[in-house]
Amino acid sequence: MSGKEPNAIELRDVEKSFGITKVIQTINLKVAQGERHALIGPNGAGKSTTFNLISGYMKPTSGSIQLRGEEIAGLRPFQINRRGLSRSFQVTNVFGNMTVWENLRCAVLWATGQRYAFWKNIDKLPEVRERTARILEDIHLVGRRDVPAGLLTYAEQRALEIGITIAGGANVILLDEPTAGMSHAETERAVSLIRRLTEGRTLLIVEHDMSVVFGLADRISVLVYGQVIASGTPEEIRGNPKVKEAYLGEEAA
Amino acid sequence: MRDITVSAAPPPPALADKLKFYGIWVGVALILLLLPKILSSGGSLTTFSLIGISIIFALSYNILLGQTGMLSFGHAVYYGLGGFLAIHAINFIVGHKFPIPLPLVPMIGGATGLFFAALIGWVSTQRSGTAFAMISLGLAELVASSALILRSFFGGEAGVSANRTKLLKVFDWNFGPQIQIYYLVAAWTLVAVIAMYALTRTPLGRMCNAVRDNPERVQFVGYDPHVIRYLAFCFAGFFAGIAGALAAINFEIANSAYLGAVQSGTVLFAAYIGGIGFFIGPIVGAIFVTFLSLGLSDVTPVWQLYFGLFFIAVVMFAPGGITGLLMMHRPLLKGGTMLRVLPSYAVALLPTLAMVIGLMLAIESTVHYTVNPSENPHIRAFGIPFNAASPLTWAAALALIVVGFALARLSWRRVGHAWDEALTTARQNGVAA
Repeated sequence: MSGKEPNAIELRDVEKSFGITKVIQTINLKVAQGERHALIGPNGAGKSTTFNLISGYMKPTSGSIQLRGEEIAGLRPFQINRRGLSRSFQVTNVFGNMTVWENLRCAVLWATGQRYAFWKNIDKLPEVRERTARILEDIHLVGRRDVPAGLLTYAEQRALEIGITIAGGANVILLDEPTAGMSHAETERAVSLIRRLTEGRTLLIVEHDMSVVFGLADRISVLVYGQVIASGTPEEIRGNPKVKEAYLGEEAA
Repeated sequence: MRDITVSAAPPPPALADKLKFYGIWVGVALILLLLPKILSSGGSLTTFSLIGISIIFALSYNILLGQTGMLSFGHAVYYGLGGFLAIHAINFIVGHKFPIPLPLVPMIGGATGLFFAALIGWVSTQRSGTAFAMISLGLAELVASSALILRSFFGGEAGVSANRTKLLKVFDWNFGPQIQIYYLVAAWTLVAVIAMYALTRTPLGRMCNAVRDNPERVQFVGYDPHVIRYLAFCFAGFFAGIAGALAAINFEIANSAYLGAVQSGTVLFAAYIGGIGFFIGPIVGAIFVTFLSLGLSDVTPVWQLYFGLFFIAVVMFAPGGITGLLMMHRPLLKGGTMLRVLPSYAVALLPTLAMVIGLMLAIESTVHYTVNPSENPHIRAFGIPFNAASPLTWAAALALIVVGFALARLSWRRVGHAWDEALTTARQNGVAA
């Protein structure tokens, strides 16, 4: 172990049960730092639950979850977020009555050390202002800056969702189906956006669109019935007979 | 790259905007200063004082409801405790001859509100929504009932009184005359309003809005929604305490009604009727509700019934409150299409008014028969005499309600069409909605 960089995310024997129903059977998963890692699997395999466990939205029944070598299992979501992990949601989850600008600004406040300050004028914080402006520029919503988030188009809301996720400057980014429901052109734009914004960071992504997965990911893990049945490079996953049988079917052959 | 970031941010306010902004505050201060010169009767000074107190209280309530999305049924607890502590403080200061002048006493009320909010809030703000609402209701009942039990502190039914004129004088003012109380309330109102406005412009204030919109997501941008709700609750308690202390100073008494459900309900009404979505909403609501309760109670014994009906009407037809209704017209005004909807309003007003009058006639007649059936049926309501026993009155009431309702429905539909057209044209004229 000594001298070796710890993994960005490491799940060891993580289990999750709701009552007597075991949703996650013992997951073991490693995501190295700087890696773009895709988590794929059929519906109900436990991909979103895995995200919920890593991000603190749910507590694991047992097992260990480490963020850069630090144990985070059982911590609250905001504690995990402050340790440098940020996630997006499959169903758009923004601040609907607030403008695009305010949405992004809320997402940079903690990272710029504002905490719960009630003695500072929010408009007189140059660092907050500049970082918010940069994110706004990055997600190409400058023209929609003053529009309430609830009135954006679906694709714009998805872009804002990603913007909020990366705005805090987290090193580890979890994206839950960022291109779900998008047209082909929108998906392409979203993928190039994700590629650009996660440069130099670690990305764990859940995605159903195989062209996105194989185009974006350095490594892929396959989750079936709450267990990781294979983990490897796109080529290895493509050639893995267990994966073919369980998930990819004929089309991958 | 730097140019891009700068242009992506909203432009800093121009000099004209800044002047306008500070001009408004200076204007408000001037109005508060000159108001007693124009309307100097004792009655209107009392009314203005009550309005000022009500404004602080309603704005403090809106820190919870409008800003942070917490529905409280027990906000009067902090108002009332602030009031009681202020009265006890006055008596204590007078008794010990402490050199503390009356204008500082509201601070004691604020500290009391803050203390109890800080004490109770940590538990009650764990959850928002129904759980918070229920806890606030339970606590309000608890405190209100203990006010009747702990007689030594709350003074039982009679309450506790104090003499506000015996404290240290400032500039030769002893705060006996109502005009001096008016200026005391006005100054505190201005300071509290500015402070509460400034609060909305801070990182905490913005995160309160985020918690209101989506507490779940707040957790994933590094904030604990519970802490945000708790801090908002503390601020709300602090300003409610100031309002309560001012009320106690104004009446020179604090009693259990200060803490009660009616007081908690009234502040909810005021904030909601004014419009919780805008900072000035509760101010408008506080002014309106104070005038309404003072005015209506003079002309009809069942003024609370009208009050309730009005509240229901606002919740159903204008959830944005009075301010929301007014703000709705902004794009039309800017787009120059306001004149297109005004005629349809005029048309709709007539049957609506007829319906309301029919309803009032029916209510007043019914009240007459339930409250004092054996008395003279020639009664007055809103200054208008009529015969509650005459079948003609009943027929007129029924006709007004039925015909008024039918025509009002039609005419309001017309208003809707006129609206859509006016808004579309306004948008074509280049006004962003």
